[in-house]
Amino acid sequence: MTADPSPPSFSSAVSARRPLFEARGIVKRYGSFTANDHVDLTILPGERHALLGENGAGKSTFVKMIYGALQPTEGEFFWEGEPLRLSGPAEARRLGIGMAFQHFSVFEGLSALENVALALPPEPLAALDRRVREVSGDYGLPVDPSKPVHALSVGERQRVELLRCLLQNPRLLILDEPTSVLTPQEAETLFRALEKLSAEGCAILYISHRLEEVRALCSRATILRRGKVTAEVDPRATTARALAEAMVGAEILDVKRPSGDQPRGEEILQVERLSLPADGPFGVALKEISFSLRGGEILGVAGVAGEGQNEFMDALTGERRAPEAGMIRIAGVPAGRLDPTGRRRLGAAFAPEERNGHGAVGDAPLSEALFLTRRHEAGAMGAGGWLSRFWAAGETRRIRERFDVRAAGDDPPARSLSGGNLQKFLMGREIVRAPKLLIAAQPGWGVDAGAAAAIQSALRALADQGAAVLVVSQDLDEIFALADRIAVISRGRLSEAYPAVGMTPERVGLLMGAGHSSPEAAA
Amino acid sequence: MEAFVAAMIVAATPLLFAALGELVAERSGVLNLGVEGMMLVGAVCAFIVAKSTGSTAAGALAGAGAGLAMAALFALVALGFSANQAAAGLALTIFGGGLSGLLGRDYVGVPLPKPGPLFPASWAEAIPYGKAIFGHDAMVYLALASAVGIWWFLARARGGLKLRAAGDNAESGHALGLPVLRIRFLAVLFGGAMAGLGGAYLSLAYTPMWGEGMTAGRGWIALALVVFAGWRVGWVAAGAVLFAAVTQLQFYAQGWGWRAPSQFWAAAPYLATILALALLAGRRTAGSAPAALGRIFRPSS
Repeated sequence: MTADPSPPSFSSAVSARRPLFEARGIVKRYGSFTANDHVDLTILPGERHALLGENGAGKSTFVKMIYGALQPTEGEFFWEGEPLRLSGPAEARRLGIGMAFQHFSVFEGLSALENVALALPPEPLAALDRRVREVSGDYGLPVDPSKPVHALSVGERQRVELLRCLLQNPRLLILDEPTSVLTPQEAETLFRALEKLSAEGCAILYISHRLEEVRALCSRATILRRGKVTAEVDPRATTARALAEAMVGAEILDVKRPSGDQPRGEEILQVERLSLPADGPFGVALKEISFSLRGGEILGVAGVAGEGQNEFMDALTGERRAPEAGMIRIAGVPAGRLDPTGRRRLGAAFAPEERNGHGAVGDAPLSEALFLTRRHEAGAMGAGGWLSRFWAAGETRRIRERFDVRAAGDDPPARSLSGGNLQKFLMGREIVRAPKLLIAAQPGWGVDAGAAAAIQSALRALADQGAAVLVVSQDLDEIFALADRIAVISRGRLSEAYPAVGMTPERVGLLMGAGHSSPEAAA
Repeated sequence: MEAFVAAMIVAATPLLFAALGELVAERSGVLNLGVEGMMLVGAVCAFIVAKSTGSTAAGALAGAGAGLAMAALFALVALGFSANQAAAGLALTIFGGGLSGLLGRDYVGVPLPKPGPLFPASWAEAIPYGKAIFGHDAMVYLALASAVGIWWFLARARGGLKLRAAGDNAESGHALGLPVLRIRFLAVLFGGAMAGLGGAYLSLAYTPMWGEGMTAGRGWIALALVVFAGWRVGWVAAGAVLFAAVTQLQFYAQGWGWRAPSQFWAAAPYLATILALALLAGRRTAGSAPAALGRIFRPSS
């Protein structure tokens, strides 16, 4: 360039900055509800652009319109300056718009290769298999294409979805919360792939609630609040906290961190040499798990998907019984052979990972979800063993107020709530009964910054009141924000629990990979 | 023994038609419990057309057409109006039973000539078990060919991949731009045509006559076969043959000196098939149900 005698011309500079994609005044209404209210957004070629917002802010609705899966009520899209009217996702893909969904839109019953093939024009599978292996090597996203997707880990499923997009040679790739279930190492791999991709000229629209990530990856961020654009900023020039506050529209309260050596209560949960064989061909066996948990403390159990945390949860909740009663003691009482209800009667409460279908019944209203775990409480059953609707309605209202659960109607079905709001309700359901022991899986999965902070504060407050709290999570930020002690589950074994002070994400990551050595050895 | 094998193949044919059709519909995510009804209407329409035209082929076509029409009715209700699939399917079976009885009122006990074998008789005599291999009418070979064709379609063809995707996750399929409802509609229509053919085989060839309720629960057996076979074509075929073999045992067992009450022999095929397939289904290699089976899908806009 320095050899070029003429200065760079204005027109070429302009064309280089010509937007690849532009949205002007996009409005999407569902009846009287406005999900997107005059949203403007421009994406430059090769740019890594973040879309930030709380749950229910309208991010997913907006990107589905870009992808052609929804049609806007008003407003226009432009693709390289030309008006764009998408008849559907197939047309978006032809133009070069690819999308990886938050809850992966992979087909579990099909192989990884078949999943990729479905999104592409017809091509012999053998040739496609070669291309998949090539691209997966190029971008450092290893996947065995012949494996059925239901046998893949969460991280691998995401790679399948990404490969599916990459093979379409996208010019704009939309990613919805891509790292929410990845290990730090897996997320790092993903970032390197995305950086390579954008260096090749593909623009990326990145949706995440992990603000540090957005700051590390993206050069521009558009912030949505209640369907409206509230700010467009350079995330590198502002703090994560300021970003979060712009999203929520309020100051975010810090989760009160314990000093590290506050008084501990008595032992509430003791697990001794708990082993459980694998449940089915894709299960993980639990091997000699031992730990104890005192009142007032939060134990964080970190681990990536498929390392045994589902089995660990099932064993602790009583969905699968332990071989011997004494392997699990709750408040000193042998509970290993008790079912979940029996354990709840001892003062335990559980918040499973899967919200619809496990924590709540999707089609049933919230008030009925209360009966799933709390039917034994005084007041829940009226005279003659009838369910008390009055009690349920009152409790529902109380939980919704205290945990700011936003949803339409007095008693909507669980399915109609956004992920974060349902999670706030389900955590609230367990927390307001003031259990002695709360065991929660992935409390912050898919939850925005505001809701995550609210849930974390509530968990901390519960521990401060003397309850023992166990959090199983794949999200290290969450583990570090909450836990007093941290243990790692890996291949069905639980590491020793180390004080959170002095642990780093890198050490936890090494424990996850290396298995069961001490952090000194891992570090 | 040769006669036994030949009879077994013939008895397996109607089940194979019906079960393969249902398998295709279910792999697309639609549970159609109306198989019995579609078979009955197929049987009676096939019989009427064959009787009045004198052509077995025309009869078989009419049977397939009638099954398809019944399936279209189901698809309209279950897919078009998003009605509960189990209820719509049960209603179809009850409706088919009544409708076939009404249509066939004047044909009960009327005889029809059995269709002749597809291949020349000299082939059947040329090799051992020739009669069991070459001695059947065209519909038997059509059933076998469709088993192979459907296996190929589901495992290898792009259309089959799309169909399985629709049955695995309708929402994701829609998001990828698959015409989920159209795929399901076509799969259900195909299932209906196959059930109609199964019924037609009963009234044209298996017992060339019409009698009310002549399917005798074969539609339900076909449904059970699909489930216990783990939605796999090969296992469905094996299950149909097993069922047919035990059905035929009752005619041959006495000759072989096996003694049991006739009611036992009448019940045996159902027991044996369900037992064998249930044992298979318990194994780890068992196929699993299409994830979206029976779930109502409405594309959002």
